[in-house]
Amino acid sequence: MKKSTQYRLLQGNEAAAEGALAAGVRFFAGYPITPSTEIAEILSVRLPELGGKFIQMEDEIGSIAAVIGASIGGVKATATSGPGFSLMQENLGYACLTEVPLVIVNVMRGGPSTGLPTSPSQGDVMQARWGTHGDHPIIVLSPASVAETFHYMVKAVNFSEKYRNPVIMLMDEVIGHMRARVSLPPWSMVETVNRIIPNMPPEWYVPYERTSMGVPPMASFGSGYRYHVTGLVHDEQGFPTGKSSEARDNIMGIFKKIERGFREVCLVDYHRMEDAEHAIVAYGCMVLSAMSAIEELRDDGIKVGLIKLGTLWPFPRFALEHYLPQLKTILVPELNMGQIYREVVRVDMGRAAVEKINKINGELITPDEIIKAVRGLAR
Amino acid sequence: MISNAELVKKYCRHNKKFPHIWCPGCGNGIILSGLLRAVDGLGLRKDEIAFVSGIGCSSRAPVYVDFNTLHTTHGRALAFATGLKLAKPELTVIVATGDGDATAIGGNHLIHACRRNIDMTTIIFNNYIYGMTGGQYSPTTPHGAHGSTCRAGNIENPFNISALVEAAGASFVARTTSYHVMQLQDLIKKAIRHRGFAVVEVITHCPTLYGRLNKAGGAPEMLKWQREVAVPKNKAAKMSPEELEGRIVTGVLVEKELPEYCDLYDEIIRQAREKAGRGGENE
Amino acid sequence: MEKNRPQAGDRRPPEETTTTREIPTITVFQAWCKRCGICVAFCPQQVLAMDENRQVYAKQPEKCIACHMCELRCPDFAITVQEPEPALPDGRSGGKP
Repeated sequence: MKKSTQYRLLQGNEAAAEGALAAGVRFFAGYPITPSTEIAEILSVRLPELGGKFIQMEDEIGSIAAVIGASIGGVKATATSGPGFSLMQENLGYACLTEVPLVIVNVMRGGPSTGLPTSPSQGDVMQARWGTHGDHPIIVLSPASVAETFHYMVKAVNFSEKYRNPVIMLMDEVIGHMRARVSLPPWSMVETVNRIIPNMPPEWYVPYERTSMGVPPMASFGSGYRYHVTGLVHDEQGFPTGKSSEARDNIMGIFKKIERGFREVCLVDYHRMEDAEHAIVAYGCMVLSAMSAIEELRDDGIKVGLIKLGTLWPFPRFALEHYLPQLKTILVPELNMGQIYREVVRVDMGRAAVEKINKINGELITPDEIIKAVRGLAR
Repeated sequence: MISNAELVKKYCRHNKKFPHIWCPGCGNGIILSGLLRAVDGLGLRKDEIAFVSGIGCSSRAPVYVDFNTLHTTHGRALAFATGLKLAKPELTVIVATGDGDATAIGGNHLIHACRRNIDMTTIIFNNYIYGMTGGQYSPTTPHGAHGSTCRAGNIENPFNISALVEAAGASFVARTTSYHVMQLQDLIKKAIRHRGFAVVEVITHCPTLYGRLNKAGGAPEMLKWQREVAVPKNKAAKMSPEELEGRIVTGVLVEKELPEYCDLYDEIIRQAREKAGRGGENE
Repeated sequence: MEKNRPQAGDRRPPEETTTTREIPTITVFQAWCKRCGICVAFCPQQVLAMDENRQVYAKQPEKCIACHMCELRCPDFAITVQEPEPALPDGRSGGKP
């Protein structure tokens, strides 16, 4: 008898934890911080049940360091943070350059600094893109519901394994703490992706030689393929290099592999955009407000639709460009001062009128506020 | 005794990275040689060793050897190594770190790794200075000594690294110098054999920077100084604090059998699986 | 070294100066030696010395007792001492054990 889909009342953070486990994560390192601590608490119980390991490190710097170490040891690994995301930046850059798969779940709260610890915010969007120094690619997903948090976590782990690049699950406190009745698929139905491993004999293994997909096969430490991993720009052998051509190949190589996977990693949904003259671009908890606003606006005969960004970085510009010819206005409601708004303006290039609604005081932007704004634009 | 020729052929990435980056007469090469001889003495297989390091002169050691080598970020080697060890407990994890890397930026990770007593061997290359960046003073630069950032003499008091790690809970602590090459090999062997967090502090000489800034002479002179000031632990036990002033106490300073982190966590897993019943929930 | 893809042949350092007689063979890899003077300073038998180009050589090879101190103290793995061949069939000593 096929196992029936189980319905559970689940918190967003719990869905992130369960998604990680379903995707094969068997190592977690984290540090207590509101609003992501539940993920650590849940995994501290669930991981050992599955033979996995949990460790609470001395800070977020140690957490991501341990996660990178575990991933190099061949185990899928995740770390969590809130504002501690700021402490993770240097090692995040290390993981980008050394191409180590890992997922960081950052549940955003009111910033900056200690900020509004129990209030939601979306203020870390640009930090998720440019928080660490130097040019580097990054994949940042932003779930807009509890169920989606589970599925996006699985995708995040899969993307990080497939592209050998850190992936950030950028959740806001609303999604992290809200509860919903969700049906989770049994693990047998969950598609998991594992990093490609070398199949040539060890003495022929060139650790950072790119395959046709642009992703080097990754041997785990202790598997008979001895090699060097360093945060210094390196040649194909993984050894430090100062040669400008090798430096270019190293850094451009990590960009190219993400560019090649651009369409796959860009998760976008559209709602009632077919005939839309006005669009709302939203992500995370703002999607909830936008959805109910659209229902009401449509009842008033205003042709408005939603472009829901499941991926923030790389920025899914095609999602806008496809509809720009038919759009008069675009509204971008965000719980920050307009961080994705800037990207929308950049892509829009003046074609449609782009407006924003911003709140940074811990409050949510309500459907009514969105309705009022769209009505104003639609006139 | 394995000769340098055999040692290089067996353990080093010699047709790739030599001659190495360290300055003429630097002690780091001596420590690396001691480590390789210890590994050879223990008969460890290259596949089962993970050699992790942070940033600095000390931390350039892993690139030269044919192990699983991981050159991490400044001060974070121990945190990386903790994750690696937990993921792959069968690996023999060795960490190379410097006095700055381990006790300045990495101090927080150092004391917590000691406290956890996770099974790995940390070799602290203590040359009293930041070498790679040009001779700035470090947490172990002696009071009054000179560095490129304390030209008028260091007003700070240095850590006693061995006492620090002992207080933090390391279950094996030993100290030697780059002069005592036989003791170096022996202590590293003991440290690797020890199950738990083992620290070997190696006082080493940096002729190019510390030596020049403090007029301590070249490599031979600095090594002779180490020979003079070193005193074995049991002899030191009979000496008064005044007599021990400025001396370096060498040998095994701490050797305790304490529960090891990975072993303790395996017990957590055993209990959790038992409680969760066969196969766990969603398997 | 079997780890990397086989190269055309190991990059053996050039200019090896080797003193070979019944006594231990002292080889200095001049390409790796950084002329730090540690081996010369700490050889218990004062076997080693530096020439005018500060290149290390065995000045008194016959005094070498194969204690390997120069090898253990060399920061650059640049000197190696091979024991003399075992005693010859006619009983003449092949040098110190």
